[in-house]
Amino acid sequence: MFAEIKKGIIKENPLFVQILGVCPALATTSSLTNALGMGAAFSLVLIFSNLMISALKSMIPEQIRIPCYIVVIASLVTVTEMLMGALVPDIYAALGIFIPLIVVNCIILGRAEAFASKRGVFASLQDALGMGLGFTLALASVGSIRELLGAGTLLGFPVLGSSFQPIMLMAQPPGAFITMGFLFAGVNYLKQRKEARHG
Amino acid sequence: MDSTFGIVFGALFISNIVLSQFLGLCSFLGVSKNMRNALGMSAAVAFVMIMASTISWFLYHSFLLPFGLAYLKTIVFILAIASLVQLLEMFMKKHSPGLHKAMGVFLPLITTNCAILGIALINVQKEYSLFDATVNSVSTALGYTLALVVFSCIRERLDEADLPESMKNLPIALITASCMSISLLGLSGMH
Repeated sequence: MFAEIKKGIIKENPLFVQILGVCPALATTSSLTNALGMGAAFSLVLIFSNLMISALKSMIPEQIRIPCYIVVIASLVTVTEMLMGALVPDIYAALGIFIPLIVVNCIILGRAEAFASKRGVFASLQDALGMGLGFTLALASVGSIRELLGAGTLLGFPVLGSSFQPIMLMAQPPGAFITMGFLFAGVNYLKQRKEARHG
Repeated sequence: MDSTFGIVFGALFISNIVLSQFLGLCSFLGVSKNMRNALGMSAAVAFVMIMASTISWFLYHSFLLPFGLAYLKTIVFILAIASLVQLLEMFMKKHSPGLHKAMGVFLPLITTNCAILGIALINVQKEYSLFDATVNSVSTALGYTLALVVFSCIRERLDEADLPESMKNLPIALITASCMSISLLGLSGMH
C-alpha cells in the first residue's frame, strides 16, 4: 500500500530521475533552511492539488482540463503564499518570487495530468506525499551541499569548525549550477552502472 | 528607483534572467542543443514576454489595485498568459503560417515557462511604471536571447568533445552554465 509513496522518493524522483522542477532546485537551495521551506510549500500545494483534482475529475470537461488544473493550482499557491507570509516571514522573504512561481512548476501540473486525473483520491494522496517528499529530499541534498561548502554551516549552525574557509561561490548562482551538474553526473553514473550490470 | 540604464544593464548582464535568477531554465536546457532552435525559442519567448508583461501591468494597475485584489495577481496573470499564448497561436496559424511554422512548436511550452510569469510578477513587485516595465521586459528578453544563443554555440562544440559517459548532456551543460554565470558575477559591482 505504500508503493505509491515509495516510488516518488527514489525510483521516480521528480528532480533527479524525471529532471523536472530544475528552476526552484537551483534558485532556492542557497541554504538548507530555504530548501526545506521551498520543499514544504511545494508539497503542500501538490498534496491539495492532487486531492482536489482527483476528487473533481468527473466534473472537469476533457477539452479544458489544463486551464482548470491551472486555476486549482494557482488558488492553492495563493493560499500557501499568504500562509507563509504570515507564519514564516523570513523564509517567505528569502524565497521571494519562487513561491508564486510554484504555479508553473511542471511537477505539479504533471502529476495532475498523469496521475490525479486518472486515479482515486486515496491513491493520489499517496502519490502526492511521495513526490513531495522526494522533491523535498532532493532540494535538501542540494541545499546541504551548498550551505556546507558556502558557509560551513547546516541550518545556520556551524558544522565544519572555524578553520574552514567558506567557498563564497557555492552560495551564489554559479555554485547552484555546478552542484546540480555534479549531482546529475552522479545519478547518471549510478544509472549506467546498473544498466551495465543487468544489461 | 532604478535608472533606465540600470534596468537595461542589470537585466542583460548582472541579474540575467537565466544565469543569475534561474528563470526559464527548462527551455534553456531543453532547446539549446543547436542554434536554430535557440533562436526560434528566444524569438517566441521575447514576443510573448513583452506582450504578457504589458497586459499584466494593465490588469494589475487598472483592475486589481483599485479593487483591492492585489493578492489575486498570481491567478490573474497565469490565466492572462495562458489565454494570450492560445490566442497568439490561433492568430498565427490563420494569418502567418510561415511564422507559425517557425515558432509554433515552442508556443505551447511558453505558458509554463517561468520566465514569463516571473517578469510579470517582478515588474509589479518592483512597482515599475509602464515605461520601466516595458524597458525591463524588452531587456530581459534580450538577456534571455543572449544567454541562450551563446549557450547553444558552446553546446554545439561540446558535442564533439570527448567526455566521460556520465558527464554527457545535462551535467556538462549545467557546469558550462556555471562558468557563464561566474563570468557575469564579475560585473556585479557595477550596478
